[in-house]
Amino acid sequence: MPSIVKPVATHPSLQRNELGFTVRDYEGGMSTLCAGCGHDSITAAIVRALWELAVPPHMLAKMSGIGCSSKTPAYFVSGAHGFNSAHGRMPAITSGAAAANRTLTYIGVSGDGDSLSIGLGQLCHAIRRNVPMLYVIENNGVYGLTKGQFSASADIDSKSKRGEPNRMAPIDPVTLALNLGATFVARSFSGDKEQLVPILKAAFVHRGFALVDVISPCVTFNDHSSSTKSYLYTRKHKVEATESNFVPKAQEIVAHISPNGHGANVTMHDGSVVRFTSLPANYDPTDRTRVMDYLQQHTGTGEVVTGLLYVNPSVPDMHEMNKTPDIALTEVPFEKLCPGAEVLDKLQEDWR
Amino acid sequence: MQQATRVSAGVNDFAIKLANVNGTGSASANGLLMQSMFRMGLPVSGKNLFPSNIQGLPTWYEIRVNHRGYTARSLDYDLMVAMNSQTYARDVQEVRPEGYLLYDSSWPLDPELLRDDVHFLGVPLAQLCNDAFGDPRERILMKNIAYTGSIAALLDIDIAVVEALLGEKFEKKPALRDSNQKALHLGYDYAKEHFECPLSFHTEPMQANAGKVLVDGNTATALGCLYAGATVAAWYPITPATSVMDAFKEFCEQYRRDPETGRNNYFILQAEDELAAIGMVIGASWNGARAFTSTAGPGISLMNELLGLAYYAEIPAVVIDVQRVGPSTGMPTRTQQGDILECAYASHGDTKHILLFPANPAECFEFALKSFDLAEKFQTPVLMLSDLDIGMNDWVVPRLTWDSSYKPDRGRVFGQEELEKLKKFTRYNLTDELGVAARTLPGVDAKGAYVTRGSGHNKLGAYTETPDEYQEVIDRLLAKHKASADFVPAPLIENREGAQFGVITVGGCDLAVREALDLLEERGIPADSMRIRGFPFDQRVEAFLANHPFCFVVEQNRDAQLRSLLLLETAVPKEKLRSVLVYGGFPLSARHVVEGILSRL
Ligand SMILES: Cc1ncc(C[n+]2csc(CCOP(=O)(O)OP(=O)(O)O)c2C)c(N)n1
Ligand code: SF4
Ligand SMILES: [Mg+2]
Repeated sequence: MPSIVKPVATHPSLQRNELGFTVRDYEGGMSTLCAGCGHDSITAAIVRALWELAVPPHMLAKMSGIGCSSKTPAYFVSGAHGFNSAHGRMPAITSGAAAANRTLTYIGVSGDGDSLSIGLGQLCHAIRRNVPMLYVIENNGVYGLTKGQFSASADIDSKSKRGEPNRMAPIDPVTLALNLGATFVARSFSGDKEQLVPILKAAFVHRGFALVDVISPCVTFNDHSSSTKSYLYTRKHKVEATESNFVPKAQEIVAHISPNGHGANVTMHDGSVVRFTSLPANYDPTDRTRVMDYLQQHTGTGEVVTGLLYVNPSVPDMHEMNKTPDIALTEVPFEKLCPGAEVLDKLQEDWR
Repeated sequence: MQQATRVSAGVNDFAIKLANVNGTGSASANGLLMQSMFRMGLPVSGKNLFPSNIQGLPTWYEIRVNHRGYTARSLDYDLMVAMNSQTYARDVQEVRPEGYLLYDSSWPLDPELLRDDVHFLGVPLAQLCNDAFGDPRERILMKNIAYTGSIAALLDIDIAVVEALLGEKFEKKPALRDSNQKALHLGYDYAKEHFECPLSFHTEPMQANAGKVLVDGNTATALGCLYAGATVAAWYPITPATSVMDAFKEFCEQYRRDPETGRNNYFILQAEDELAAIGMVIGASWNGARAFTSTAGPGISLMNELLGLAYYAEIPAVVIDVQRVGPSTGMPTRTQQGDILECAYASHGDTKHILLFPANPAECFEFALKSFDLAEKFQTPVLMLSDLDIGMNDWVVPRLTWDSSYKPDRGRVFGQEELEKLKKFTRYNLTDELGVAARTLPGVDAKGAYVTRGSGHNKLGAYTETPDEYQEVIDRLLAKHKASADFVPAPLIENREGAQFGVITVGGCDLAVREALDLLEERGIPADSMRIRGFPFDQRVEAFLANHPFCFVVEQNRDAQLRSLLLLETAVPKEKLRSVLVYGGFPLSARHVVEGILSRL
């Protein structure tokens, strides 16, 4: 393994991570999204997070469904395999991929349409299964790619570009995930890279399903003044419930959670630490009930609650539940998988 | 009509039918009878005609013994065991003239249900069991074993064989074993005492089963998947496919658990639905695992979407379809071959898949294994179409064998070594003579990275909306599908001297068709035959069609799906193919085939 190189260069694009890669090495193809689309900012944050974490590009698997958001895996880490699959089916495809090879780092990029309508069932079950992956919902309240219909995350009375109000209650992926037992739940804003990057880093190292809902304005169809998913609205109503940063394993830090009213440290499964520098009074980011209480108190207020809201690194992921070997199943030699002629002969003794 | 194809009953040549109430424990008693005859070396089959219900509805079990090896379903019942009052009237009618009916004579028979041309054998089963056993549940269960004893006496089934089987079955439960033995003898002794045993048709030991085993198709399929090295399996419960995964799980627990570490070299995912199940298979295969799902028609309907993705993005996937009666929920516990067309062209747009059609459990084992080789070789979905009759009934088949030199065909996968030699890797242009392009797996080398997509792509794997670029790829997929014709299991062709026409069939129709061909030949109507075992069709199929003035196509669906597929995919003219269709949900019998052919000759 290459040793940790202390960067001397001043230009960020020339800095190298511990694998010797620059941020450029984590970039992908040219984006074809609308200029100003929130999704592009999220892509930039993902690039940054992966570079800082020094994930080997070829050990990343980039999964997505269909939508403007789902196109973005082509725009980061060109050295990683990607799978731009089918609308709403990414969770199952990733579950299967993860079952076959647990040694890869999985990121699934989805949209609010992809995840909360057509793919809602699969999302729920990937959470239940605790598939080890970072699941990003690039949430703009509309179906961007099919030209601006309301999605299931549209708020009541938020208006479409044509002025039509949405009357149905939104599905909130954050409370949904908490209800389903997700082990890492966060919300952020595409316009706040400072908050988003550390959340993504923690989500990447989290063992289990990490849901990050990112408000990501659609400049073409849902950025007008009567929308609750616009840049302006989000900036104005964003409440940073928790503030946290991510401290990689190499840098020693006091372990274990120590809620002191204002901050807390949560040690992740790999030894890295999420350091909460600011928390609301009586808030414990490892206590699901309290987190849900807090969110409950803030629903319907018009506030957009952000931050790494809940994390529980101690729940077994799907591999622990299945007792999968540490190596990828694809690496188990055929000789170990096929019981051979003698066993076949013997087991047929029962077939008479 | 009934006499048209009747082969008269005799020694080792008869059929019995047992009418029971579902959930009363009759299934194991009936299986015991069938298994005893298997152990006596007789060619035998057992067909469970059961309802989609857990308890209370009528269920039947048919056993056929035939020394010439004809063990397709018979429609002529020499002995009816009428244990279900709900269906009694119907069951009496089904006995062939001069046949026998065994009933529980604890209560008087309704005289209206009697038939002059049937011999009634009354055994007071309930009374015998009530006197012998205390527990009410036990009394009901033991009635089944008691009639098994009576039948053993009537048919001269070696009682020692039956006893031995009970002994094996209840090896660890001596009390149960003893009550079973007791009930067996209650029925046996009563029959011996009151009837002239054996009947004119009965068993005599034979040696027909040397080197044979008794197994159901779903178990054999699961074993094929195990031996193929499948590591990921995803499924959603559905009759009649559930027992594939049950068996796979059991095999894995036994043969895939590392004895030292306790870790599992397999991952079975019970999905939320079939959309997800096939998605999981595709994800795992994309990563380089051998993965499969097992399902039935309703699941195939849901899988259509992602089968198209796997086809277009060229990802291997193995799907086991244990067919049942459609459309919609249809009849879950009845058999049919109604998914042929749906599977052949599953998904929207231009799609064509590779299909394998096993006819019995031995072929289930062989073809399941083959499915993985073909899926990986051609980087595409392979669907193996079994059915409920093959999958859930026990069949006598040649012992399965394993070629220790078998190496899985992992297809054209470029690893680091191959990538090193390339200036640049692109996904869909490094093709071989079969039209298969080299693929790379995640986690190996950044040089092999690309984005897999179900959206329009050119041969480099890049997104495209350009007609030429799109067509180039989709045309290669067609060529690749055509090329696979030489690799799917070849049709089995049998020529008879003086044949004037051909008979084409598929899958589980096999035994009934072969019997029918013999019967026709005996009547001076010899016919050649071809059993289709794979799709796409190869040259032999084309030649068989060309070389016969006309052919019958025998299959179990209403719409002549195999015939349609032949018309679509070969040069055969429509008027050359005549259909024999049986699709009510019960397995095919030779009489259906003979009558179907004779009526259209
Ligand atoms: C089965 C199916 N139905 C419909 C579509 C059309 N479609 C493409 S993207 C999309 C919605 C995408 O919305 P979202 O996931 O929110 O992504 P965004 O474009 O907003 O980022 C729809 C309905 C499709 N591709 N597949
Ligand atoms: S339509 Fe909206 S979501 Fe799609 S690229 Fe444009 S701005 Fe982004
Ligand atoms: Mg959207």
